[in-house]
Amino acid sequence: MLAIDIFEPYGFQFFRHGLVVASVAGALCGLLGVFVVLRGMSYIGHGLSHAVFGGAAASAVIGINFFIGAGIWGIVSGVLIARVARRRVLGADAAIGVVTTASFALGLALMNRYGQASKSIEAVLFGSVLGVKFADIVAVTVVALIALAIIVAWYRKLLFSTFDPDVAQVSGVNVSFVEMVLLSLLSLTILVTMRVIGTLLISALLVIPAAAARMTTNSFSKLLWISPLIGAVTCFVGMNLSYHLDTSASATIILLDALVFIVVYTVAGTRNRMKMASLGHV
Amino acid sequence: MSTSPLVNCEHVSCTYGNAAVLDDIYMKVNKGEFVGVVGPSGSGKTTLLKAILGTHPVAHGSITMDPKLTIGYVPQVETVDWYFPVTVEEVIVMTRAKSTWWPRITHAERTAVREVLDRLGIGDVAQRHIRELSGGQQQRVFLARAMFRNPDILIMDEPTSGVDVRTRHEVLHLLADLHADGLTILLTTHDLNGLAAHLPRLVCLNKRVIADGNPREVLTPSVLEATYGAPMEVLEHGGMPLVVDHGRVQMRGEGK
Repeated sequence: MLAIDIFEPYGFQFFRHGLVVASVAGALCGLLGVFVVLRGMSYIGHGLSHAVFGGAAASAVIGINFFIGAGIWGIVSGVLIARVARRRVLGADAAIGVVTTASFALGLALMNRYGQASKSIEAVLFGSVLGVKFADIVAVTVVALIALAIIVAWYRKLLFSTFDPDVAQVSGVNVSFVEMVLLSLLSLTILVTMRVIGTLLISALLVIPAAAARMTTNSFSKLLWISPLIGAVTCFVGMNLSYHLDTSASATIILLDALVFIVVYTVAGTRNRMKMASLGHV
Repeated sequence: MSTSPLVNCEHVSCTYGNAAVLDDIYMKVNKGEFVGVVGPSGSGKTTLLKAILGTHPVAHGSITMDPKLTIGYVPQVETVDWYFPVTVEEVIVMTRAKSTWWPRITHAERTAVREVLDRLGIGDVAQRHIRELSGGQQQRVFLARAMFRNPDILIMDEPTSGVDVRTRHEVLHLLADLHADGLTILLTTHDLNGLAAHLPRLVCLNKRVIADGNPREVLTPSVLEATYGAPMEVLEHGGMPLVVDHGRVQMRGEGK
């Protein structure tokens, strides 16, 4: 009887699609989250998701493809943040604040002005398993494969420019370009993930699995395995739980992530918690 | 026979916003030299290094170097994130990031890392996390990373900042050995007695070059006052100049 209950949601196509998208998205966010956490860019996930919301709202209102409209918007926002942040007078946090809140405000204004688009905009804000289509599976898989290929091929460049950007630059690594590609990947990740997780909670998926993984290992390469694993498993389990508990999928996933973090934090003990010194921004 | 300098700064000026940090700097570093740049906080020492490294824009003037020149750069250890999840070995091979896409450390690289660590006297720390190192080992690891590139010139920012006396001695002897092997070294330091006085050539900097020469010529009360903006006394100890902070001597006297 219990087994029937567990497998019941798998009878629905929307759930199967949502489960695949969420699991791949969890792994993808966990993978990129390693760089987000180690670079002290936790706020950027939050900021970029808000920026992409502006693009999503505009796409819905104008009637152009969501991925094209919001994707271009997200990448432009990421590049703008990187450019403004490089002018050290401001700093990354102010740059994120300016670019992303303006974009988010535009999204809200469009939502107010064109009420008929509000349904899809709300889905973008809070996430919805119901709206997930096969195209979303393709999109999240393609972005995950691109991210994986770039991280494997640029492993050393990414590690060096994350650990010590000044010396990386002197050693011939184009740090600005690496940073721009990373921000573009983040924008694309947010774009393909937001349908399920929603704009408002996506940054948690970028931060929590990586932060929890950081407490389990002192190895960068292991971190790149453990964090996506935590992301994928919590998304998979969270999706199933949300069906049976009749709760929001995104909220359940993030709560599960938070639970994993608390368990790891408690089990890891004082010694490993020292590693948290490098997570002061989380 | 080429006599052109490895680094040639001509009338170099740098700014942060509208504030001038370096003004009309003229300085050459020739092959085989060991040069120390001294000056107070905010005098532009680190900016000068960054301008030479190409990570800070030059507002006026020019810095010329052979494009084929390989630079080994050692930043201040205070800027390093010691909690970052990397081992000593990973830190050292990072410098090959541009030349290979293969993510794993190869056997040849592992051997080369061991050689450079052995040369610096820390052959047994390759697999350790950087957090587990002592102050002297930390400095040596970052020196090893710079040496791993077989540099033509070693550029170091405050190599003895925040280290104890023993580590300072270790670093000084290590650099003297590397220089004796023919390596060109340019470093900044605020440590006048512990490091600067031992170097063959000093450049006193305070936004502009105040003096340039060997320590006996440069470490004089007038040059030091012009550089640091405070009176300083220079004594002789063991045949070497010893700088005494005049203000500190007076305070002790007042205390009595």
